[in-house]
Amino acid sequence: MNSPVRTSPASRTVFQLGAGAVGPLEVALRDLALPAPPEVKAGALVRLGLADEWAELPSPLGPIGVAWNGNGVSWIDRADDPNVFEERYAARVGRPLSRTSSVPERTAKAVAARLAGDRRVRIPLDFRGRTAFEIAVWMKTLEIPRGEVRPYGWIAAEIGRPRAVRAVGTALAKNPVPLVVPCHRVVRSDGTIGQYSLGGSEAKRTVLAAEGLDALRLEAEARAGQRYVASATTRIVCLPTCHHARRITARHRRPFASLADALEAGFRACRSCRPASGSSLAA
Amino acid sequence: MDPDIALAARLATDLDRAFPSLVDAHAGRLYTIAQRYLGVPSDAEEVAQDALVRAHRALASYDHDRIRMLRVRPWLAAITINLARNRRRRQADRRPPTPLEPLVAAGLEPRQSLGGSPPAVAEQHEERRRLAEALLVLPPATRAAVVLRHVDGLSVAETAAALGRPEGTVKAQVHRGLARLRRDLAAETHTDPDSTKELTA
Repeated sequence: MNSPVRTSPASRTVFQLGAGAVGPLEVALRDLALPAPPEVKAGALVRLGLADEWAELPSPLGPIGVAWNGNGVSWIDRADDPNVFEERYAARVGRPLSRTSSVPERTAKAVAARLAGDRRVRIPLDFRGRTAFEIAVWMKTLEIPRGEVRPYGWIAAEIGRPRAVRAVGTALAKNPVPLVVPCHRVVRSDGTIGQYSLGGSEAKRTVLAAEGLDALRLEAEARAGQRYVASATTRIVCLPTCHHARRITARHRRPFASLADALEAGFRACRSCRPASGSSLAA
Repeated sequence: MDPDIALAARLATDLDRAFPSLVDAHAGRLYTIAQRYLGVPSDAEEVAQDALVRAHRALASYDHDRIRMLRVRPWLAAITINLARNRRRRQADRRPPTPLEPLVAAGLEPRQSLGGSPPAVAEQHEERRRLAEALLVLPPATRAAVVLRHVDGLSVAETAAALGRPEGTVKAQVHRGLARLRRDLAAETHTDPDSTKELTA
């Protein structure tokens, strides 16, 4: 004979009381309540952008922390010390933040592709609460190709605010997602490398070097008065780091200190790097 | 005072700042509703999370007065049970009802031990497991009514509103549901494991 699943007299009587007022069955049903798994609470808040998660990714500067929520990547900073990352996030963003083991695969791939110079990859970015001007500066910065640099004044001119050069610098200093929005590719108009939020000029040179750009040489050329480079064969004048300029052979390379001189000499401005933007010749 | 009235007032004033409190206060309920109706923890987690996200989106589109007057408890229950019902309908053809093994494996049963000697605790767990299983065998419409009315503790009127059914229908469904639970649980105590399987198949 098979033994009954449950034979205790108590269990049998529990559910056999008649219907009516609140009986034991009703009490037992109420007791079926469960606590929410942590993923439910945290997951909902992250999806809504009311909390963020973060994890580490490798970068030319060592480990960086990437924070994200349902709106997109919200914050990138160095993560040599995770505590410092979290403190700086708390001071600058302030939403609840929890660390996870890894960046979601799609985001990690997109960030890696961006760092590798693929500008076609879409990365949702969380720019809530930022000004229209800041966002315009960052979106324009996203257009600068890997391994190339543009002056602050170039950004200002390109977004239609040619006189807001200092404000461009301020907006770039506030860039919440450095490396993804490549503020390291924006340099001072005199050719010096300028400041960088992820650790000053030295870090900026490191990132640019990882992109194949010799920042020290670029600075030296600028000091020597080589702010523009033209090709004697195409008759086109470029910013020195423009990919078109870098293809010019030494024999046909014609450096210029000013764009006016180059135009005077019969060269036309490159349509790719648009050297007139932010120059004294800008309209 | 009903804490939900204060919560609704805070949601009306600053939705994003107050919403984490709503999540803290209600996520467990919503997960319970979804889990007791669906019986699959991973599905219940998704439904509860979706319900919270939808609730926030809805609130973001409501004006101040509408949020302030909102009866948060039944409103959230309605969102949750509707998502759970949609999910069950979508899955109904694709897979049979799942028993509670995953839940036990996930360590989510039981919610609490009520103290006492180990055998008594085991007894308690076994009771809950059997009741949860019996609940999952109820016809879905009946189960939804019983879950909202007795597991979540909504009134008949609130349950009816959440399910979009007349109160009389809900009353009858709850009555039938409880009667069937009593019958099934009583029957199970007297049958062997094999016939129990038949019952839940």
